[in-house]
Amino acid sequence: MNIAVTGINFIRQAEVAARLRQILPAEAVLHAEEDTRSYECDGLSAYRQLPMVVALPSNEEEVRQVLAACHELKAPVVARGAGTGLSGGALPMGDGVLLSLAKMRRILALDPVERTARVQPGVTNLAISDAAAPFGLFYAPDPSSQIACSIGGNVAENSGGVHCLKYGLTLHNVLRVRAITIEGEVVEFGSEALDSPGLDTLALMIGSEGMLAVATEITVKLLPRPETARVILASFDDVEKAGNAVADVIAAGVVPSGLEMMDRPAARAVEEFVHAGYDLEAAALLLCEADGTPEEVEEGIAGMTEVLRRAGATAIRVSSSEAERQKFWAGRKAAFPAVGRISPDYYCMDGTIPRKKLGEILKFIAAMEKKYGLRCPNVFHAGDGNLHPLILFDANDPGELERTERFAGEVLEKCVEVGGTITGEHGVGVEKINQMCVQFAPAEIERFQGVKRAFDPEGLLNPGKNIPTLHRCAEFGRTRVKAGQLPHPELPRF
Amino acid sequence: MILSDAMDAVLEKLSETVRAASRSKRALRLRGGGTKDFYGNALEGEVLDTRGYSGIVTYEPSELVITARCGTRLAATESAMRERGQMLAFEPPHFGEGATLGGMVAAGLSGPRRQAAGALRDFVLGVKIMDGRGDVLSFGGQVMKNVAGYDVSRLMAGSLGTLGIILDVSLKALPRPAAEATLRLELPEDKAIEQLNRWGGKPLPIGASAWTGGELAVRLSGAAAAVAAAQKQIGGELVEPEQGERFWTGIREQTDPFFRNDAPLWRISVPSTTPPLKLPGEPLIEWGGALRWLCSRADARTVRDAAKRARGHATLFRGGDKSVGVFQPLAPALMKIHKELKREFDPQGVFNRGRMYPEL
Repeated sequence: MNIAVTGINFIRQAEVAARLRQILPAEAVLHAEEDTRSYECDGLSAYRQLPMVVALPSNEEEVRQVLAACHELKAPVVARGAGTGLSGGALPMGDGVLLSLAKMRRILALDPVERTARVQPGVTNLAISDAAAPFGLFYAPDPSSQIACSIGGNVAENSGGVHCLKYGLTLHNVLRVRAITIEGEVVEFGSEALDSPGLDTLALMIGSEGMLAVATEITVKLLPRPETARVILASFDDVEKAGNAVADVIAAGVVPSGLEMMDRPAARAVEEFVHAGYDLEAAALLLCEADGTPEEVEEGIAGMTEVLRRAGATAIRVSSSEAERQKFWAGRKAAFPAVGRISPDYYCMDGTIPRKKLGEILKFIAAMEKKYGLRCPNVFHAGDGNLHPLILFDANDPGELERTERFAGEVLEKCVEVGGTITGEHGVGVEKINQMCVQFAPAEIERFQGVKRAFDPEGLLNPGKNIPTLHRCAEFGRTRVKAGQLPHPELPRF
Repeated sequence: MILSDAMDAVLEKLSETVRAASRSKRALRLRGGGTKDFYGNALEGEVLDTRGYSGIVTYEPSELVITARCGTRLAATESAMRERGQMLAFEPPHFGEGATLGGMVAAGLSGPRRQAAGALRDFVLGVKIMDGRGDVLSFGGQVMKNVAGYDVSRLMAGSLGTLGIILDVSLKALPRPAAEATLRLELPEDKAIEQLNRWGGKPLPIGASAWTGGELAVRLSGAAAAVAAAQKQIGGELVEPEQGERFWTGIREQTDPFFRNDAPLWRISVPSTTPPLKLPGEPLIEWGGALRWLCSRADARTVRDAAKRARGHATLFRGGDKSVGVFQPLAPALMKIHKELKREFDPQGVFNRGRMYPEL
């Protein structure tokens, strides 16, 4: 299912490109296929589409004018940061403008006393922490792609990371987003104070997948870097026991700074790749970290070790140096590329479930492996109940991608069934748009569409992503049915 | 089951009331315990009492999530959590015995612990609401991470009931700190602000702070060893635990002697490093410098201009002449979005008309 439509209307393309060249220098407006090809997909490479035109503004005023021009021309706009997104949120449109924010990568201000940084959207996640490091500060959300992913993209997706159990998501660490609406109006969401008057429109902007407005400036909170951190590497002979241990750690009254889980197939793949020293006989491994002052860490590690032992850990190792801590984490952080080495392609899921359902969902995934004849190693942000099962497949094998997508769809629907969600941190994009119909009732989807209209009445920003039309849900045939009543019987179904 | 059926009946009745009001474009005023009637602009419309829809729906300490209906007493919720060693970490003010969970979320206010733990909106995981059409809708859920659709559940936090009835809410729970200690130091205002920001840049377990009249109180919260170590680093005089607890309750509930003042009370939210605002009246500083309470008879424009210059905003929290507008006016582009959102969730303008802004 490689969706590669090159059908571009060249007359329209010339019209839009010419209009944008009145705003941007010629080299910042791309339309030749050899130039636009590298924008045809984001991290979800199964979906590809050449954009009609690519625009590369280098400042806020250019962004404003590009958006106003697109509004005037009724050309849809897809904003893109570093293109590392995993749900196709930045998939271009053949009749639209791909607005790359990659040139806007300046840190505008960093105030170590106020503990904030004001940055442009194209700045990478890690660059913020690097700039803050000399002051003993850091930007907390740390998605695995942090070397490459941009803060603008993090805002669009409400990105998390391995430490969000303690430090929160992008939502908890961004104070203010300055953005431009499709009509070319500058709006400030949030402020550099801790709160703002009116409705919490900042919360709406974060995680809105580029559907509401385009961020041009972001103020983030910086936190004091913990003095020290240590991590426990615990082995379990049974995956369900490991799952229960996660709940026990949380219930014991300590919030670890990271609590991750890996099953044996995932551990084996990463061990071969990074040699982290993982126990390959264990059915599951837990990484459980405490950070803070040396006293806090000692107290935390002792408490968690005791809980893990009681929960049936077969082996426990505690990092004894910073180098060893990094080594233990290196495996987890390299899980995706490691899996990439053992299979031609893999498909990453992102469902989140109540922690207590971990055992149940793991059994379900094992059953799906049999049903679809595909392997699926598992890595989890276990502390948050956020799953990243990785289905291994070969896109060159006819039918495997379709089977993979059906496999993934079933798992996501199971996540909803046990009280969870189809996406914890990667976003809906184009990838999970059908499953939105399973998670939300028609009236809820209508309200989402209303939220979009409040910002973008003509639906020109990233149309077709994130929120399905009810028509699409009816077609998908999985409209959520409450209490046996078919919602919206007036809608056409076929 | 019986309770659940009874609650369905309450819901049905609420929906009927909302539909009827919507048909006749009548205003409804959502009200729980009425402890925050003082907050916001006009109180318009017929009272719709939300207390009938009450009770904790689920509470699972190991999931760190509590879900409860809007009419549930805040005090009862907090004591259920205390029994399991947990808390609402944003330390919401009650402002009276009758405070309900729905009112707490609608007001969106956080207490002293917000400095370190985060605000109420940071802890909202999901909501069930009734919109202005009488439809029951769910957004978010009971899990920590959820990016499916727009974050409508957090939009409800602090919405002052202008978008819908918050029927139930799922909140993230946190373990109570293993140890706490309150320290008191003598410092002038400018030095206190500087010191709080200096500490803020260090990994110290400071959970709350309050400065007034030349005295700074700091509450340490965390692992016992960390609290003990920070105590040595910060110095000052150690306050008896009971006295400390009484003090922080007084700050949170505004029963502290500072708040016994006839002048209007302003709430000024600014970046933490903002130097003393030098406005007429008495200040009290919380949240490491980021929240400034001010008992003052200064005119609204003076206070608002000072807040704006400092990149913040000012709310006329209690008393005073509300005709100036309780909340700092919004920029036109943002107000336009607010009006559209209001129209979407409450097309006939049934709920809490004018409570936040006259236009909503």
